[in-house]
Amino acid sequence: MLCRAACRKLVPALGSLGSRQKHSLPDLQYDYGALEPYINAQIMQLHHSKHHAAYVNNLNVTEEKYQEALAKGDVTAQIALQPALKFNGGGHINHTIFWTNLSPNGGGEPKGELLDAIKRDFGSFDKFKEKLTAVSAGVQGSGWGWLGFNKDQGRLQIVACPNQDPLQGTTGLIPLLGIDVWEHAYYLQYKNVRPDYLKAIWNVINWENVSERYMACKK
Amino acid sequence: MLCRAACSTSRKLVPALGSLGSRQKHSLPDLQYDYGALEPYINAQIMQLHHSKHHAAYVNNLNVTEEKYQEALAKGDVTAQIALQPALKFNGGGHINHTIFWTNLSPNGGGEPKGLIPLLGIDVWEHAYYLQYKNVRPDYLKAIWNVINWENVSERYMACKK
Repeated sequence: MLCRAACRKLVPALGSLGSRQKHSLPDLQYDYGALEPYINAQIMQLHHSKHHAAYVNNLNVTEEKYQEALAKGDVTAQIALQPALKFNGGGHINHTIFWTNLSPNGGGEPKGELLDAIKRDFGSFDKFKEKLTAVSAGVQGSGWGWLGFNKDQGRLQIVACPNQDPLQGTTGLIPLLGIDVWEHAYYLQYKNVRPDYLKAIWNVINWENVSERYMACKK
Repeated sequence: MLCRAACSTSRKLVPALGSLGSRQKHSLPDLQYDYGALEPYINAQIMQLHHSKHHAAYVNNLNVTEEKYQEALAKGDVTAQIALQPALKFNGGGHINHTIFWTNLSPNGGGEPKGLIPLLGIDVWEHAYYLQYKNVRPDYLKAIWNVINWENVSERYMACKK
């Protein structure tokens, strides 16, 4: 089931001639400095306008090449392009979700059905928070910690994904909340002390957005 | 083929056996130059964090993992041994890679090798360059050539060619 509304799948619109339009960098709903002191403005600016922008640009280039390979029936070329598609496509998907998962008005705890589900599947909010923090801290190298929804089993799950592997594309889980643990997400402020970043980020989690994503996928 | 002798700087990482035959721990190797010695190509803050925090963590975690592995081996617990493999690869690999990397760099480096093919690692983890070069990895990759220790790289090649 596709997530609509709050969790729009990234599909570039078709123009009037049916030609594929490009993906574009989404705007943040807040200023670069809005998440201070938890994530500083320099990180937010580099992370959004350089890193995420690069995924978008490279995704468009890769899709262009893929289109040509498809048209020529060149399967070898298509397969050769798969890593770039997964990396840049995943990067674009992941960061698009991430920016909405954060808010200057965030923090605290979720309410309502999401909180009920968290208590049911993890025992308590604190245990859930501990687990997502531990999984994110334990990522070796670059990757993401995720809270996802398992549609088949109707339950929440916490998993880590390496590099920019997108949660849904690689595991089938619907992404609700992602924690970016690539070093570029925190190094300028927290240096090697990833756990300090992971402690701070809970102050800016946008539970409204995470709840919206949950409600949309539960149907 | 193992590299010996001239590859003293690329000694296979084997902790010495103590007199009672007990395994001694791995340790963080010292750099052969100050943290600031590779400026302006790689700054002192990066070198200090990279060596004293990141590499040090790989060494500490490797020792912990080897300790646990020793116990699992002694108990004949194969499941536990297999479960420890990723941590061994990650921390052991981190220790090996960085031990080589520090010797591949030098304040007197740069230029070109004298006709030999180098054996050389370039760390592209973000912690290796981000504080100075931010997202622009290519600038770091341009700069690092100014501090490559060709003596060391050649030693490695010569010793391993035998």
